[in-house]
Formats: sequence, C-alpha cells, structure tokens
Amino acid sequence: MLSSAAMAAEEQFFPLIDYRVGPYGSNGQAFYGGFIDYLNYVNLKEKGVNGVQMTYEECETEYNNAKGVECYERLKSKAAKSAGPLHTMSTGISYALIDKSAQDKLPLAMMGYGRTDAVDGSVFPYAFPLVTTYQMQASAIVKFIKDKNGGNLAGKKIVYLYHDSAYGKEAIIALEAEASLNKFTLVQIPVAHPGNEQGAQWLKIRQEKPDFVIFWGWGVMNQTALKAAQKVAFPRDKMIGSWWTGSEEDVVPAGDAAKGYMAATWNVSGKQVPVIADIENVVYGAGKGNLQDKTKIGTILYNRGVSAAVLSVEAIRKGQEKYGKGKALTGEQTRWALENLNITDARLKALGATDLLPEIKTSCDNHEGSGKVKIQQWDGAKWVPVSGWIEGNKALIHPLFQASAKQYAKEKGITPRDCSKEK
Amino acid sequence: MNFFLEVLIGGLLSGVMYALVALGFVMIYKASGVFNFAQGAMVYLAALSVVGCIEQGAPLWLAIILAFIIMTLFGIATEKFVLRKLVNQPPIALFMATIGLAFFIEGIAPMVFGSDPRALELGIVDEPLPWVMDNWNMVISKFDLVAAGVAGVLVATLALFFQYTRIGRALRAVADDHQAALSIGIPLQHIWAIVWGVAGFVALVAGMMWGARNGVQFALTFTALKALPVLILGGFTSVPGAIIGGLIIGASEKLAEIYIPPVMQDLFGGNFGGIEGWFPYVLALLFLLVRPEGLFGEKHIDRV
Repeated sequence: MLSSAAMAAEEQFFPLIDYRVGPYGSNGQAFYGGFIDYLNYVNLKEKGVNGVQMTYEECETEYNNAKGVECYERLKSKAAKSAGPLHTMSTGISYALIDKSAQDKLPLAMMGYGRTDAVDGSVFPYAFPLVTTYQMQASAIVKFIKDKNGGNLAGKKIVYLYHDSAYGKEAIIALEAEASLNKFTLVQIPVAHPGNEQGAQWLKIRQEKPDFVIFWGWGVMNQTALKAAQKVAFPRDKMIGSWWTGSEEDVVPAGDAAKGYMAATWNVSGKQVPVIADIENVVYGAGKGNLQDKTKIGTILYNRGVSAAVLSVEAIRKGQEKYGKGKALTGEQTRWALENLNITDARLKALGATDLLPEIKTSCDNHEGSGKVKIQQWDGAKWVPVSGWIEGNKALIHPLFQASAKQYAKEKGITPRDCSKEK
Repeated sequence: MNFFLEVLIGGLLSGVMYALVALGFVMIYKASGVFNFAQGAMVYLAALSVVGCIEQGAPLWLAIILAFIIMTLFGIATEKFVLRKLVNQPPIALFMATIGLAFFIEGIAPMVFGSDPRALELGIVDEPLPWVMDNWNMVISKFDLVAAGVAGVLVATLALFFQYTRIGRALRAVADDHQAALSIGIPLQHIWAIVWGVAGFVALVAGMMWGARNGVQFALTFTALKALPVLILGGFTSVPGAIIGGLIIGASEKLAEIYIPPVMQDLFGGNFGGIEGWFPYVLALLFLLVRPEGLFGEKHIDRV
C-alpha cells in the first residue's frame, strides 16, 4: 500500500493564478477553461501522464498585480511537492513574480507576454516567454507586410498604434530595428489607458496617410480602434494587431467595423482541430467540462488555453522521461523540462493539436523556442488564417534580448549560467 | 487650418459623449449633495440590460423599455435599501455607500447578463458624412451628430424639469438641506427614488451611446473617469454645466493630444503622446484654483 506522501506524489499539481471576473474576466474564462479542460482530458483519455493525474487549484486575481502576488504566495506551498508551469496571462503579474518564482524554484511560463528578455535562460532560468515574444511577433508582422508589398518596404509608412504601457512599448525596439533595416518610416502613436477614446489618434493617422497600421491594443482599446478606423475610413485590412487584439472578444463588439481586420496568433480557432473536438466529446460528454458557456469552446482564447496546457503537459512528459515515468515533477524538474522541449509537427499531429502551436524547441539560451506566428483575418463571423507560420527576424531581434538580459544581470548581480554546460 | 478644425469639431463631439455620463452625476448631486461613485457602474448595468434583453429575443425598442424599467426598479431599490437609513448622515457616509453600490453592480450585472463584450447596434453607422468629406475633406461622424442631438434634448428636458416642475424644485430643496426639506413636508424618500430613477434613465442613454460606439463591456464603468474633470469644470450642480464642461474637456484633450507631443519631442526628445488620459485632470486642477465651484456651480457661502 502506498503511503499518503507517495499517493500525493502521483498527482501533478498546476497552480493556476487566473482571472475570471473583473474587466478582462471573459478573456480569462475562455483561456483557463481551455487549460483545465485539457488537463481533465488527459486524465480521462489516458488516465494522466504515465498514471500521474493532473490536478490544479485556481486563485482569482481579477488581473490585479497585487492579487496575483497574493495568489502566488497562497499556492506556492501547495506547489512545493509537485508543480507544473505557472501561467498568469498577465505581463504585470509575471513581472511581479519573476524574482520570487526563481527563488522558490517554480517555473513561470509567459506565452506571448511577460518579460521578453527572459528568452535568455542563462540569466532567467525560471522564466519562459514561450512560443513568441512581443518583439518577434512585431518582426513577424513586418515580414508579413513586406511579403504583401513584394518584399520591399522602402519608402512605406507604418503607424504603430499602441497601448501606452510597458506592454505597448515592448515592441517599439523591434519595430525601430525593422524600420532601420527595411527603410520604412515608423510613426509611433500612443493611446492612454483604457483607450476608450481615440478620436485624436485616428485623426492623426488620417493625416499621416500610412500604408499600414500595426496595432498593440488591450481590452476596450481594441474595439474602440476598429470603430475609430471605420470613422475615419481607414481600411481595416491594412490594420494588423498583436495576439492580444485577435480574439473574438476583441472584434465581435465592434460589429461590421472589424470585418477585414488582421491579427497575429499562434493558434487557430474552431473545433476542426481534432483535440478540441475530442475534448468536447470526452470531457463535456463525461460532464466534467469547465465552462458553463459551451459556445466558448473553439474560440481563439479557449484554443489558446488548450495550447498552453498541451505545452505544459508535454513538458511533464519530457520531465518524466528524465526523472522517472509515473512520478510527479517538482518545480525544479519542470524547469528542466521546459528548457528541453522539442515538440515537433509530427508530435502535434499525434496529439491532434496541429495549428494549436508551432514547432517548439527550447534550450538554455532560447526560452522562446519558436518565434513564429500566423496572421489571421476576421471575416465578420470567424477568424480565418491568411498565412502560414511566419518567423520574426531572429538574427535582428534575439541580440536585443541578450543585451537587455545582460544589463539585468549586471543590475541584479546575477552570474549568468554557462549554457554550453547545460543539458 | 482644416486639420485644426477637424480635431476641434471631433473633440467637441467627443465631449458630448462625456457630458452624457456627467449628467447622471449631476442628477444625484443636485438631489442629495453626494457624488455618486456608482454612476459608471450604472452606465454598464443599463447597457448590459439592453443587450441582455435583446439576447432574450426582445426587439430593440422593447429592450430599451425593459432596461428603463430595470433601471427605475434599481433606483427605487437603492433608495429603499441603501439611502433610507442614511438620511441626515454626513455626505461622506452616502459617498461610501455609493462605492459599495458600484462594487455590487460590477459584480452582479455580469453574473446576470454575462461578462462577454458584446455589440449593440442602434442602427446609426459610425462612419464619416460623405458630403462633408467630399467638400471640406473633414471627418464628421453621423453617430457623433446623433449623440450630440440626444445630449441636447436630454439637457433641455432635464433643465426644464429642474427649473419648472414641483418635483424639480423639491429636488433642489432636498439637496440644500435634508432636514429642512422634510420639515416642510417634502417626501424625501419619494424624491430620492425619483432622482435615482432619472439618473438611471440618463445612465441608460449614456450606456446605449457608449455601448453602441465601443461595445457593451466592463470598460463602460471607466467612462465615469472622463466625467470627473467635466464636472469640475462645469460644476457639480449644473445640467448645462455638464454639457459645457464636456465640450471644453473634449476639445482641449484632443487638441492637446495632437499639438503638445510634437512640441515636447522638440524640447526633450523621446516619444510623447497618450496625454489625453491625464490632460483633462490637469486642466480641471488648474480650473479648481481659480473657480472651485466650476463654471456654473452654485457658489457656497457660509456665514460666520
């Protein structure tokens, strides 16, 4: 008979610092609903990972940094024995937890958000800006625009309309580097939070007559921008947003004004993705679905939650290969697994998760692992992918991360790890 | 010059939208001398009620009527369960009660109607008027003009209501002194229920206009933030002041957003902008220094 400690070790615990109420509650509901549904799916479909059951506990942050830290403190003791990656879906909370999570040896996943120079794992061993960063995403968008313009952006004008916050400013360094490389004019126009009034900014855009608008919005700023673009008759198919601006929640409230608008994403929407359809059958069929509102299944953010869970569970599998099959991983072991991921297209296909993630291969000096996005377009009813995977200019962008990480290490007195010795 | 005029007109029309929210604050303040912290939440509740009823199959006209009934019942319930116990209490107690009310609405409204952002179609397209664009190369939105018309009608109605009706005069008496008003037979409870109902109606109009423009979502509660400087400028007790304050704030913030950043960049380098978030507050602060009661607010004089 197993001792209670041994039985507890067969459960892989995921601390979920999430948000389902408050100003961005609907985003959190879809994302964390998808995340939890996939954990339950793994438990129901294959009885856990090599017999280890996926468990979780939620703590509500309302997208508030202070509450995020409070939740972390509440959950960290439960994560002491076993811990999957932490997903906060918040850049602010991630920043607040970077040092704490490293001290407590709990890996912090920041898929498409958070501190982007943590790509350099030699300085940030416990922080993982996985899949894509703001900078690589911006670079990929520029590449998409360039391809649309016959491979030449010289003499073109691009407006960068952004949320005037750390989130919005993150991409500037990449866009400036791209503007310098590709000889286009970059006009930066900030929007004060919350962004529910953008009349002046769009009149300025009208005056500037840009060829494209790259858009880094959040919350109500997204719908307001689309409506304001309609008001000044700026074509929506010349607007391309970040992944925070590309969910159903961002475009539906704008009505017809959103038709034709494009945004970056690393996961497609819809139930045609085999694993999404299977989750509905297996998990909701068993009455264990997390969402009361089933219409969210297959939306961009629901599928993104599933993609985050797929990646997290694959990390657990990877870790078990090294530390023992059928054993739950500690935070330290999960960190190793996140740093040694190799999720290929063939593996994604086997999981039924093709187009939920690009191929990912992480390492000590590359905690991002991909840097690829797709561009999708809103047709008035659904998001339709209009590109294949586009990778940002890694040679241009990654040195920016390394320089920033080096500076951070200097300020904090951190001695970077020697990545050549890490396996 | 053309661009300046375009920004100015756009700003004035945006200001009308702010004034719609500010009017709700004025209503409550005139009747109770209390700053209603929950006005933004009421705008959210009203707009959610409309889309909630539409989702249940009601046509728009019926949804508006049902939302009005919901807001009126809410006003009556607020008087009965929150305000009645606070008669003759210091204004800060009433203010604190409205803070609690705001949190209550922000919690309960999405629980009842759902928290997903939704579109509200009023049948007014937010597109530029073609003939203005063709002849003057200026962007003036049909939607903004309709909003200005709605605000104008609302202000005229409310001003007449306060000035020329018995209830309006009673409202003003109650605002001056609860106890004195009670002593001459003014039914305070009825008056408060009426004024919260009217404030609910104003919130409904503001919620529909803002909801149609930006979608119905939690962020509607933020509209109250724009109303604060409007009230400081226009005066907390003046209905026309809310409109004038709104116009000043709307126009000045838009002009500031366009014309100040280039000057700052020339002087200090770097990238400036996004100043319309704080500019109205600075303007209001400066205004407070010279005219604390606002442009149209009642001057308060205490005799010693």
